Amino acid sequence: MNSILEMREITKTFPGVKALDNVNITVKAGEIHALVGENGAGKSTLMKVLSGVYPHGSYSGSIIYEGEERRFKGIADSEALGIIIIHQELALVPLLSIAENIFLGNEQAHYGIIDWSAAFARTKQLLKVVGLDESPETLVTNLGVGKQQLVEIAKALSKKVKLLILDEPTASLNEKDSDALLNLLLQFKAQGISSILISHKLNEISKVADAITVLRDGGTVETLDCRAETVSEDRIIRGMVGRTMEDRYPKREPNIGETIFEVENWSAYHPIHTHMQVVKSVNLSIRRGEIVGIAGLMGAGRTEFAMSLFGRSYGQNITGRVVLHGKEIDVSTVEKAVSNRIAYATEDRKTYGLVLAEDIRKNVTLANLEGVSRNLVIDDVQELAVANDYRAKMRIRSPSVFQEAVNLSGGNQQKVVLSKWLFSDPEILILDEPTRGIDVGAKYEIYTIINRLADGGKGVLMISSEMPELLGMCDRIYVMNEGSLIAELDIADASQEKIMHAIVKSGRR
Amino acid sequence: MDTRTADDLHVSQPKTSWMEFIKAHFRDYGMLLSLLVIMLFFQVVTNGTLLRPLNLTNLVLQNSYIVIMALGMLLVIVAGHIDLSVGSIVGFVGGLAAMMMVRWGFDPVTTTIACLIMGGLIGAAQGYWVAYSKVPSFIVTLAGMLVFKGLTLALLGGMSVGPFPVVFQRLSSGFIPDVFGGQGFNYTALFLGIASLTALIYFSFRSRSNQLKHGVETAPFGLFAFKNGLLAVLVIAFCYLMATYRGLPNVLVIMAVLIALYAFVTNRTTIGRRIYALGGNEKAAKLSGIKTERLTFLTFVNMGVLAGLAGLIFAARLNTATPKAGLGFELDVIAAVFIGGASATGGVGKVTGAVIGAFVMGVMNNGMSILGIGIDYQQVIKGLVLLAAVSLDVYNRKK
Repeated sequence: MNSILEMREITKTFPGVKALDNVNITVKAGEIHALVGENGAGKSTLMKVLSGVYPHGSYSGSIIYEGEERRFKGIADSEALGIIIIHQELALVPLLSIAENIFLGNEQAHYGIIDWSAAFARTKQLLKVVGLDESPETLVTNLGVGKQQLVEIAKALSKKVKLLILDEPTASLNEKDSDALLNLLLQFKAQGISSILISHKLNEISKVADAITVLRDGGTVETLDCRAETVSEDRIIRGMVGRTMEDRYPKREPNIGETIFEVENWSAYHPIHTHMQVVKSVNLSIRRGEIVGIAGLMGAGRTEFAMSLFGRSYGQNITGRVVLHGKEIDVSTVEKAVSNRIAYATEDRKTYGLVLAEDIRKNVTLANLEGVSRNLVIDDVQELAVANDYRAKMRIRSPSVFQEAVNLSGGNQQKVVLSKWLFSDPEILILDEPTRGIDVGAKYEIYTIINRLADGGKGVLMISSEMPELLGMCDRIYVMNEGSLIAELDIADASQEKIMHAIVKSGRR
Repeated sequence: MDTRTADDLHVSQPKTSWMEFIKAHFRDYGMLLSLLVIMLFFQVVTNGTLLRPLNLTNLVLQNSYIVIMALGMLLVIVAGHIDLSVGSIVGFVGGLAAMMMVRWGFDPVTTTIACLIMGGLIGAAQGYWVAYSKVPSFIVTLAGMLVFKGLTLALLGGMSVGPFPVVFQRLSSGFIPDVFGGQGFNYTALFLGIASLTALIYFSFRSRSNQLKHGVETAPFGLFAFKNGLLAVLVIAFCYLMATYRGLPNVLVIMAVLIALYAFVTNRTTIGRRIYALGGNEKAAKLSGIKTERLTFLTFVNMGVLAGLAGLIFAARLNTATPKAGLGFELDVIAAVFIGGASATGGVGKVTGAVIGAFVMGVMNNGMSILGIGIDYQQVIKGLVLLAAVSLDVYNRKK
């Protein structure tokens, strides 16, 4: 069988991080090729290289598609050759109709005038192919996620797709919709359309995939051929997580005390879709000096849980109790949560963590201006001293504390966010993806800071999608899936396999 | 009061030379420089009329209400909003003052207090919709602009109402009396000028020594001395000129106190800092425990009070309230803030910038009027200057 796509020795570096390192993948014509790996393994980056989001020249290696070497300068180039990517976050315009969305940027028009009857007729055909029984005039916002996914696929078909790339297409679908989607892929396969399927749901992959490429830490681990032999989920998991644990985490002798923080029956609903329960009766506890992890896949509800807890910053209809030192505390606004000594360092520091246009000094004191002011007047000198102190303690690399946050590297920005929250003097520190997008050296520094906090008697709740990080740092790990805590593992008997099994098992229920 | 700490604290590289420092702070100095250049230009082309004591006094009187509103507008814009209704509030509050004093027989003090409260209430009403109901401020204040323009007409019955009691007129046309009894020369004006200058220089020295003590690299001493020397010359020269006429107008004192107060609030207080954080990144501010809604609400209340004050000053200056008072003021005020370097997306802007911006507009208005340029081309030129100033700023920021 001929290959439709060969990506050879693809290497892509971002400042400070090697996202892809000599990755090879070969997709044969008319097969469903699964791409698996942990969060951050480089799957999405690889697909962005393929589709031209990262143009030729910004990476090294070669892409051979339909027998010729291709140098895509943008998405338009790859789409023209039939490579269509459907992203995890759907790229539909909610207030336009299905037909308008399908032909967006590719309108059925003559001299700029749209031929609506042609567009509707064509849309009807496409919707029939994907098995979506809706009028072309229906607004996309009125469709469920599963149907929106089908609209995306119809859109791809309208562009004469030859290689369809689906990034976590079933992540937010229920079982019935997922099955329909997978059957559609099998149907396309019969018509000779190849696909690349990125998914965490290994049971689905074993159902439809002809070949599986496993990525880990930006490199290709192996390619498994499912036609030659049956590949078990265990086999795939081993490939995904089988990395050797080096000395990437600073040593720490945990000194764990009594339980200081408890969350009881915490539930929260989606802010817009009121019936959707995003956090389901979560119960957890943290002891003095303990680092507790929450593992889970993206979209498991971990951030939503943390933000709903921190001053109801996410969701609505929030219920549950929060207990600190045996007393129930009020965390209904951020201000109250902070004054009750809870801090939450966000996963998205640029959007939620920093005022980018302001300098380090002003960002550090933002959550505790009272700490550097008297009678509402800021004491410049004291503020400067505080900022300089944290700059030294956290080893923030910048010419001075007057450097604007926007000009700092990811690692240093993260240190500023942490400084801000440490200056608010919390007892419970919730860290959401504290090392996301940070290079290895800075990660080690952040880990050291976290360990120091725990040793200082604080309780740390650490959310991370990188399992090795949780295993290397935490004393106890909760596993979250679909809004519920589904497992609690002591570090002594926790492993990536166990976490993955817990997730896969609960996902299948 | 120390109003310049934050401005001067910026630089960090060791051993800054004059040129490097000026380059790094071009935005701060550039605005002041352009104001001086514009003044010099009009001083030359008007054959020295611009800086004659009489005209200088007029310049202050004509621009006081714009400057005062620019202080409030700066906070609104820094918080990431806009207020289009201030012109109409000026008209409405002026009308209310006229009705209270002329028709309903209230005394000037009661009237002034009531009018300031009314301004605050109007601001609160608009701020409520913006802050808590999340209606875009552009829409809310556009509606407010129409509503209060209409209410002014209704209140005054379409007529001009005046004149006012003399005490009230003093708000705008009065001068600080000379306690030293100089003949044709107002020693008080010079004295007040020197006193405030001394205070300014004292604080400027104190903040510099504080900075040096904490290892913050400051402007080179030569530049620092030059800056303060220039400031001294300008203040003394200004006060001397005013002293040879009738002294310092009351409204100048009100304006100066407000400028100092707002510079202090924005630079040194927690509420000021929080407004900048709110405009810079509302989500991050909220997640840092800042009550963003209440803060937005308060910036609008503040704007309302200042617009009310401007309404009183403007009415006192004309000695009559007309239905057309305040028409188009919002444009001058908003232009002043943007010329002064504020960012339309919020989070950036300075009180000193807004004041300089207001005077850039004011000097151009005044200078072009002296030259006899018609109101038609005056607007064209002002519009182009606004565009040029802001595009230069955008270009500078990109660099």
